[in-house]
Amino acid sequence: MNVDIVRPDAAFSSRYAEAPRRLGFLAYLACFRGIVWREVLRFLHQRERFFSALVRPLVWLFIFAAGFRQVLGVSIIPPYETYVLYEVYVVPGLLGMILLFNAMQSSLSMVYDRETGAMRTLLVSPFPRSFLLLSKLIGGVAVAAIQSYVFLAIFYFWEADISHEAHLAMLAVPALLFAVLIVNAATEFISETTVSRLIIAVGLIEVAILAGAVFYWQLPPPSMNYITVFPALLLAGLMLGSLSLFISSVIKQLENFAGVMNFVIFPMFFASSALYPLWRIKESSPLLYEICLFNPFTYAVELIRFALYGQIGARLEDGSLDLTNLYVVTAYTVFFLGAAVYAYNPSKGLIARRGGPGGGA
Amino acid sequence: MSQADTNPSVPALSVAGVSHSFGEKLVLDNVSVTVPHGTFAVLLGLNGAGKSTLFSLITRLYDNVSGEIRVLGNDVRRTPGKALQRLGVVFQSKTLDADLTLEQNLLYHAALHGLGRGEAKRRAAEALATVGLADREHEKVRNLSGGQARRVEIARSLMHRPGCLLLDEPTVGLDIGSRESVIGIVRGLVQQHGLGVLWATHLIDEIADTDLIIVLHKGKVLFSGRLPGFLAETGAKSARDAFRIITGTTSTEEEAA
Repeated sequence: MNVDIVRPDAAFSSRYAEAPRRLGFLAYLACFRGIVWREVLRFLHQRERFFSALVRPLVWLFIFAAGFRQVLGVSIIPPYETYVLYEVYVVPGLLGMILLFNAMQSSLSMVYDRETGAMRTLLVSPFPRSFLLLSKLIGGVAVAAIQSYVFLAIFYFWEADISHEAHLAMLAVPALLFAVLIVNAATEFISETTVSRLIIAVGLIEVAILAGAVFYWQLPPPSMNYITVFPALLLAGLMLGSLSLFISSVIKQLENFAGVMNFVIFPMFFASSALYPLWRIKESSPLLYEICLFNPFTYAVELIRFALYGQIGARLEDGSLDLTNLYVVTAYTVFFLGAAVYAYNPSKGLIARRGGPGGGA
Repeated sequence: MSQADTNPSVPALSVAGVSHSFGEKLVLDNVSVTVPHGTFAVLLGLNGAGKSTLFSLITRLYDNVSGEIRVLGNDVRRTPGKALQRLGVVFQSKTLDADLTLEQNLLYHAALHGLGRGEAKRRAAEALATVGLADREHEKVRNLSGGQARRVEIARSLMHRPGCLLLDEPTVGLDIGSRESVIGIVRGLVQQHGLGVLWATHLIDEIADTDLIIVLHKGKVLFSGRLPGFLAETGAKSARDAFRIITGTTSTEEEAA
């Protein structure tokens, strides 16, 4: 063995010889911002995902809820002070559904080969792994929050007391854009950059139209509190995100997203207070009621429901606040997050033991 | 630390006595590898030889239970932050976001290393120039060919200016022209900047005369040294024959891999 190719000192004094930098607060901030920025950017660039994410809750709101309205009467339970339409009752559940789908989609995609590379690039960052995973989760929640607010905006105008024609007029510009996009998908008549610009332009025009509508009809502020719901969305999103992150580290192979739908999303969504109040469930099946009380999703939905009316929980008979939802969601978040960080821990974790993701030979 | 870092006598990468097993199966058996600065080291091995496991250990996807791994003198287990800062990696699977532009991909990576926005943009332009894609930074990755995407991944791995570069079968699936350009770029980095490169492959024709050759077979290092020594030890005429002799594989087995 002749090791004669070692470079002279001078050659290695290039910029590649710099010593490791100290990672201070600013570096952490840059890393956090970069991870969240990427998640949001990716979401905005995947138009199919954007549309399906938006259409899903709208289908439930406009079709399912409209049909269910006559079947299911919702009595006055906190936080509601009057009888509410079923559409109003179901809003927190649909917000929860947006969070749930997003969490499962972004975290479980790590299980698939397509995404394991992205996960590994994340994990070779010199920052602590728990920080990286938390940043990624918050990025996912940011994406879900964007969708939630678009949904709430649509709900606001649906709820508003304006004529049917006005509703249709508001939809005209997006519908036109949608048609152009579909035609363009087949013909590729318009270039990618033009499409991007077109979407931004349409977005601005639509915002202007909506603002004009609010001004013209003197629309009242939304019936729900869109500001206080934000921390609730954040916390619930973190809980669901860390749950699916944990699942992604435990499950080695999932055939496809349909499997997750069947075994995680649907049971969680239906066995909760998202679609019907718990006392209704108790009347028909005490067992299902018990299951619902175990389901973390129930507490997430209830937390969002109260937050939509500026409350944390129901007021109990002795005048104190019922903080169960907040406590349970926080506890589940801490538990699942801890489990996920443990699973991704390089020396103890589950990944080390079974050699994934994308590890193998 | 900084002294050890710029001291050329400290190897870019040193793996000493590392064994690793998944359950009962021993995947790496007392593996030792040293890559000095300014060295292009080829890690030769068939599929299943343990290359990817070795890479997972060096990149700290999971910890090495035995032995020691150091990147420019920084222990991967004890000071993972420092070690990972000095390490650049190109993974086998494609890891770029196809819907984002080249620049956006590089900026994301810079953020993962805590670099500020302005500095990151400067380095992105510089890194893309190094791999010959300077004029395409605002294009989407989707529009690139396989070879170009690989070059972007190399540019990305250079963003934080590592002293040691790992590449896991970077030429798999590329045509001959792209392969040559990718190898050429990495060899240029070794020569100009004195990086230590560990290049995993099962394609024997990627070896040059000056490379350090490391043969990994069924979790064991069978040979480590230069080409003349490799040929002398096995008594073969070409690297291909030498590899066959040393691993005891037949040509059909190799083709199958």
